[in-house]
Amino acid sequence: MFARLIYESFRRQQRRKLLAGVAITLGVSVATAMIAVATDIGDKINRELRTYGANLVVYPDQKNLDVVIGGVNLKPAGGDTYLDEADLPKIKGMFWRHNIVSFAPVLAVNTTVTRVSDPGSPVEDPSHTDPSHTVQLLGTYFAKQLKYGEETFTAGARSMYPYWKVNGAWPADDSQDALVGEALARELGVQPGSELNLGGHTLKVSGILSTGGNEDSQVIAPLDIAQAMVGHPGAVGRVYVSALTKPEDDFGRRDPRSLSPADYDRWYCSPYANSIAFQLQEAIPHSRAEQIRQVAQNEGTVLSRIKGLMLLVTLAALLASALAVSAAMATAIFERRGEVGLMKALGAHNGLVASMFFTEAALLALIGGAIGYAIGNLLAQRIGLWIFNSRIAIQPVLFPVVLAIAVIVTFAGSAASIRKAMKFDPVLVLRGDA
Amino acid sequence: MTHSPQSTTPQVPGSETRATQVSRPRAAGVQRQRQGSRNAMFLRMLLRAAMVRPGRAISALVAVVVAASVATAMMNLYVDVQAKLRKEFRSYGANIVVVGRDGQALPANALEKVNNVLRNPAEDGRGTSVNTVAVPFAYAVARTKAGEPVVVAGTDFDKVRKLDSWWSVSAWPGDPNAALVGVRAAKVVAPDGGPFPLTFNGKPHDFTAAGTVRTGAEEDSRVYLSLADFVAWTGVAPSSIEIAASGSTADLENTVHRLSAALPGAEVRPVRQLVEGEARVLGKTRAALMAATLVIILTAALCVLATLTAWVLDRRRDFAIMKAIGASERLINSFFAAQAAALGAVGAILGFAIGIGVAEWIGRVNFHAAVTPRFSVFPAVLAGSVAVALFSAVLPITLLRQVQPAVILRGE
Repeated sequence: MFARLIYESFRRQQRRKLLAGVAITLGVSVATAMIAVATDIGDKINRELRTYGANLVVYPDQKNLDVVIGGVNLKPAGGDTYLDEADLPKIKGMFWRHNIVSFAPVLAVNTTVTRVSDPGSPVEDPSHTDPSHTVQLLGTYFAKQLKYGEETFTAGARSMYPYWKVNGAWPADDSQDALVGEALARELGVQPGSELNLGGHTLKVSGILSTGGNEDSQVIAPLDIAQAMVGHPGAVGRVYVSALTKPEDDFGRRDPRSLSPADYDRWYCSPYANSIAFQLQEAIPHSRAEQIRQVAQNEGTVLSRIKGLMLLVTLAALLASALAVSAAMATAIFERRGEVGLMKALGAHNGLVASMFFTEAALLALIGGAIGYAIGNLLAQRIGLWIFNSRIAIQPVLFPVVLAIAVIVTFAGSAASIRKAMKFDPVLVLRGDA
Repeated sequence: MTHSPQSTTPQVPGSETRATQVSRPRAAGVQRQRQGSRNAMFLRMLLRAAMVRPGRAISALVAVVVAASVATAMMNLYVDVQAKLRKEFRSYGANIVVVGRDGQALPANALEKVNNVLRNPAEDGRGTSVNTVAVPFAYAVARTKAGEPVVVAGTDFDKVRKLDSWWSVSAWPGDPNAALVGVRAAKVVAPDGGPFPLTFNGKPHDFTAAGTVRTGAEEDSRVYLSLADFVAWTGVAPSSIEIAASGSTADLENTVHRLSAALPGAEVRPVRQLVEGEARVLGKTRAALMAATLVIILTAALCVLATLTAWVLDRRRDFAIMKAIGASERLINSFFAAQAAALGAVGAILGFAIGIGVAEWIGRVNFHAAVTPRFSVFPAVLAGSVAVALFSAVLPITLLRQVQPAVILRGE
């Protein structure tokens, strides 16, 4: 009998059920989409912030200092210690390897550069000899394929520094090509295709690099060319690492050596900049790793602000959809006081009437919630593709959570109206006076 | 409201309408009186409809208020979030760097000129500089007691503190000849923490290490002195000025332009790494917020539509009675439309106030700064609320119009 009541109520009052159902569906889809976007936006913005380049640096564990002003190394050659290039793939064997977006080894060499006159172009002034400049050549990876165990991955400047603009082509990592900084290229009068003589090596200019930084007056070449110039095969001066990190909190700033074993494990297994630096240091022998505080620290601030903003907006959206659903349910039940009067006149208890209404509300919430979840999912994916060009990861645990929220909100919205509907005197209601 | 005794007085609006229809030209005074009493009647109907049974009207009003407040809050945030985030991005430090051409020192009055440019906004009022800092840096290579080269920099500590908030400094130096030593340099220069001598061009000088600085970059292997101490010792003038300028990308370009014009001997360049990253993150955040705003406003509007439609449909008995006693179609339409519009307007006003409060709260919690209320969004919120309310009243009325009043009143 109870089931039939409910069934008939849904069959005969399709319009009313539809209205309440639509409100619930809309509310739930907004809630789903907003929760999905808010939980994933941290990761998305974190990737956008990686535009800033490296947030960690690894250098040899040595005592001598860098003598660098404005990107120019003023230190006399010799006595330097290096990292071993062969150790680099180990970075992808660390605990937080999936958080490493990219890395680029760097080896700087001071050398002289002269232009090799283009064979194709006529020499305007035979007496004019190109002056030789002292420049810094930076050896690095551009987009090098590396292998660690079974896994292959690509590392290098191209993925590290999205703000580097190359007019021409990026050099291949095994070529004799190089990039020349914009300012230096202007000074030397070279363009893509020209050839340069750098400390006895002839390099072809594949592109002109513009970064707005110190690289504008440098030559960027494949790592092995710089190694050959230094005379240390396999030598790496430092490694810049770009990693996805978690904003630093008090716990993240603690010194790992002072932590209890349980805390140490927790610290080690959190992607703080400090703990990733600690693991880099473990992975690469004879090295020191540091966070580049300008990037790492501010990243955390910006990230937590944006995450907080989306969280609060989601909260506001949830509250709004809860109120809207409540209002819709209140209206839907208020309309049915005639039914309540009739049921009570026929001898139904308040409990029976209430349980019927609550069952209906629960059914509506579940159906509306399920449809709303599907729509919200689609909506979140659209937003993700539109804004970030990537899909938004939706946790499956969201489904039961969203359904539970839908049922609770629907109950809460109905409760007051149901109580009110039961208080009416059936006689007055049926006479149409209430 | 149809059950209230007043509505059964002879002055039912319907009879009056009919009377007007058959009327010949009469005295203008009577006409005006009738007009006046009709308006009063209309108002009384509206008021009593809202007051006699507030329950139904209130749940509809709640829906409108919620929609309007969410719309207001989101629009306010959307407009303000850019300025708020830009402020956060300024903690990344300098976004404009002024250096001497070809490694030359800057002219002596360079800093003064830079400050002049930054203080005076451009003619069109853009590029104003409320939170800008310009910090001079001078560099030299000195030798330690052991003969190791170390980079020594002279700067303005108070300003560096503002510009480079990420520097992790144990103690900022205040006394003359007190130095801020990078953590890597400290091991080489002053391993025992006592006063240390440095030699530049054969001129030795003693300094004390007031504190250490850790940044993870080149600063770690440098020794920082106050500019006065540095110039007195080395005689080297500042070679670069780092500037943190606030404003949009266009404002920044404008500032760079004006700086280059003021300093022809220097190279002025934006730090593209920061400028581009900022633009990207800001753009994405605003887009995400806009998507959220659109979705939320749309949903809120649809919920209002659903609730108000139900509210109007629920009153089909009122509609039928009015029709049965002879109210004209226009009167009924305007009666329901006026109610819906009033609901929309009241909802918009309440919602606007609540929405401003919500935006303010989000600003305080998240950015620790107030969100400026934008009264310019009020017309949009008001128009939107009234439009949605009107639309949701018109829809069911067109449906009801086709039904005979007798059918509704018999309850079928």
